[in-house]
Amino acid sequence: MADLSIEFAGIKSPNPFWLASAPPANSGEQVMRAFDAGWGGAVWKTLGDPIMNVTSRFGGVDYDGRKLMGLNNIELITDRPLETNLREIREVKKRYPKNVVIASLMTETKNDWKVLIRKCEDAGVDGLELNFGCPHGMCERGMGSSVGQEPKLLQEITSWVKEFAKTPVLVKLTPNTGDIVEAGTAAVAGKADGIALINTIKSIVGVDLDRLVPLPRVGKASTNGGYCGPAVKPIALHMVAALAREPGMIPISGIGGIATWRDAAEFIALGATSVQVCTAVMHYGYRIVRDMIDGLSEYLDAQGMKSVNELRGRAVGGYQEWGDLDLSYKLVASIDAKSCIGCQLCVTACHDGAHQCIFTGADDRPRPPHAHAHGPAKAPKPLPLGAIAGDRVPWIDEPECVGCNLCQLVCPVPGCISMVEVPNGKSETWNDRVKQGRDKLPGGIHEDA
Amino acid sequence: MTLEKLPEDRLENELADKKPLYSEAEAKAEADRCLYCSDAPCIKACPTEIDIPTFIKKIASGNVRGSARTIFEQNLLGHSCARVCPVEVLCQGDCVYTGWGRDPIQIGRLQRFATETATRAGQAPVLAKKVDVAVAKKRVACIGGGPASLAFAGYLALEGHEAVVFEKRGYAGGLNTTGIAPYKLHAHDALHEVAWVEGLGVEVTTGVEVGADDGPGRISGKKLLETYDAVFIGVGLGADSKLGIPGEDGPGVYGATEWIERMKLEMTKAHREEVAGKRVLVVGGGNTAIDVARECALLGAAEVSMCYRRGVPEMSGYAHEMSGGRKEGVRLVGHVQPVAFVRDAGGKLTALRVAKTDANAKPIAGTEHEIPCDLVALAIGQSKLSGIAAALPGVELDKRGCVVVADTATCVTGNPKVFAGGDCINGGKEVVNAVADGRNAARALLARWAGK
Repeated sequence: MADLSIEFAGIKSPNPFWLASAPPANSGEQVMRAFDAGWGGAVWKTLGDPIMNVTSRFGGVDYDGRKLMGLNNIELITDRPLETNLREIREVKKRYPKNVVIASLMTETKNDWKVLIRKCEDAGVDGLELNFGCPHGMCERGMGSSVGQEPKLLQEITSWVKEFAKTPVLVKLTPNTGDIVEAGTAAVAGKADGIALINTIKSIVGVDLDRLVPLPRVGKASTNGGYCGPAVKPIALHMVAALAREPGMIPISGIGGIATWRDAAEFIALGATSVQVCTAVMHYGYRIVRDMIDGLSEYLDAQGMKSVNELRGRAVGGYQEWGDLDLSYKLVASIDAKSCIGCQLCVTACHDGAHQCIFTGADDRPRPPHAHAHGPAKAPKPLPLGAIAGDRVPWIDEPECVGCNLCQLVCPVPGCISMVEVPNGKSETWNDRVKQGRDKLPGGIHEDA
Repeated sequence: MTLEKLPEDRLENELADKKPLYSEAEAKAEADRCLYCSDAPCIKACPTEIDIPTFIKKIASGNVRGSARTIFEQNLLGHSCARVCPVEVLCQGDCVYTGWGRDPIQIGRLQRFATETATRAGQAPVLAKKVDVAVAKKRVACIGGGPASLAFAGYLALEGHEAVVFEKRGYAGGLNTTGIAPYKLHAHDALHEVAWVEGLGVEVTTGVEVGADDGPGRISGKKLLETYDAVFIGVGLGADSKLGIPGEDGPGVYGATEWIERMKLEMTKAHREEVAGKRVLVVGGGNTAIDVARECALLGAAEVSMCYRRGVPEMSGYAHEMSGGRKEGVRLVGHVQPVAFVRDAGGKLTALRVAKTDANAKPIAGTEHEIPCDLVALAIGQSKLSGIAAALPGVELDKRGCVVVADTATCVTGNPKVFAGGDCINGGKEVVNAVADGRNAARALLARWAGK
């Protein structure tokens, strides 16, 4: 079994799986149950001046019958007295010395930061996470994302914290910003020890169409919330990767839609050292970590990696600017007639949403006027008869296929449509073409075109 | 409406729905499973070509009224069809999930949910009669009040025309009312659908038979042709066929459709003892035979056996129905041919004498034996109602006695003013085929009136 233990800015954790600062890490009783289930660490629900919450607080986005593709919340930081939280943190650290407890913090004045940090460190936390990301409620009071959106302020408060802190300091960033790198470099400039991202995305999760009030509804009104869950993972991956590419970057704790070991592995491959999970736990409970641990370990073994540290950042270099992508690389779709069930979703998707190159039946088809390859599309002979879907199995007009993946993405049968490389021995990028003067920018559009 | 005439404690009500109405949550969950296939095979497998993926997507989005409209556009009797169609061999049988080895989408149950929910009492109508008709208002008459006629009349009424249905029985709805197995559709639900079609503007007159002459409870074909712009024949089939063997006439021997009709409409719970604890034999291997066998088994018959002169592979009844019947205790005695009914001195039926049959389904001499029984239902076919052709000049019958139509796309007979559909043209198919015929005839007629 591969070694899953990590060290994050000096904080040792038995595995990279931490609970994010959120309802699952609200109390000592919860955090201890989470550690029993296998979680390596927990970032405590944000401490500060206790607040008052509203009901309701959460809104979900379902998709085709699957629940919580996305989750939105308007809950604020902890509503429990600071002393209660500190007592429980002390208890957890006493009982679980090998597990990581990080205090998420949010307050206003320099002195408040000083007092809060001292109290938390006295309680035995392994590190501090500065909540500069919350996009609802707290930001209206000058905290949370209103700090994360102002790089100078972010850097300044980070520096205050570093003056007082003895334990490592993570800055949690908001994605509600134009350039995440600007915020990340401000945290580095403030001497933070690590970065955590993303916090939730400012959002309205839906509208109650009977009452015509946005959701989640609080009486006759609602407010914007923070969006998280599987739907936000691609945004989070992009932001983690963007920071991981920055020279001199500090350790990153990846957050955003992580529900499985596979999600976690993607974040780690794009540069994260630890990952934090909330929505999936809110949906299915702490028990999901068992498969996360087991699955990541199996994956690392299969890849021949002895430690999760070997995976970290391995996909960072696989990111290139669009202009450096190989324009000559060619893929075409291929349908496995045996596993095709004949739903023909690929046909409609290709015709309405892509490049009109998947057909059914034996007749050769006229290509649309914008076709890349002129003349009729020739059906392959023999057609894939005898398969379970019989003559409903579609065929690909290969010369016209642009290799966009859409058919594969809509196909409900795993493995039925594959994208096959057509080697041509060539390699050329758009930047190459610009350099050689074969592609113009800008001003390539002619008045008389 | 005739609904109030039905006794409330009817025996058929003892048999509960095998596929009850989905709750909203169940319907949504099932609708979400639909892949929304392009050029979907389920549509092609439906004789009325309902746009199934579209109506299912509408259920998934919460647009149940729109879903029902999508169904009714193609099949005005979408509610009864949802419940009586052999979906296992039609739409659901061709669901792409079936080929994949996964459970097909429960199209019938979703269709029932949409149509039943959207037409529930107190709802605004989902279909509205056209008021601004481009063509002059026409009058049509339908002979027979079954699904074919109701579809024909309903579609024409929706276009603003006047449609009258003449039904010789006391209840309209045809086999939906009199013949469908109660665990699929009860008579009161069939009559609710008739009432709904009446609500679209169709006039249903029961107790009137169309024939050679006019009189009380009778109207002549001649008069119909004089009075109406078009006539639709949807008379279905006639009486149950008989074996023509000794001992057939007498108590204990029934025609299957005759017995089912009586069980659905007339028998009350007090009549249960006619079946309960009795030994029942059903002669035949078709769907009516399986239906009557299953109904008897569910009503508590001590033994139910089907006697069929060939083997299982040759049975015209659906395999899924037979398999359901077997689970309910129905036995199949294959390769036997009834030769005589055995009665005691008092005339009471005691057994059916049968002979074994050879590979050509012919009785083998010397193999006769008796199967003890108290009740026999004959499900070996029904006669054709050939009299109707004589009443309507130009209407012809084929060798089987079916009304001849040019094709099922128009359902027009030899008389251009006369259309026909349903069992009387095909010899006995599904309700959905009858609806398709009635609809196609209505469309052909509308196209003709529009000068297309």
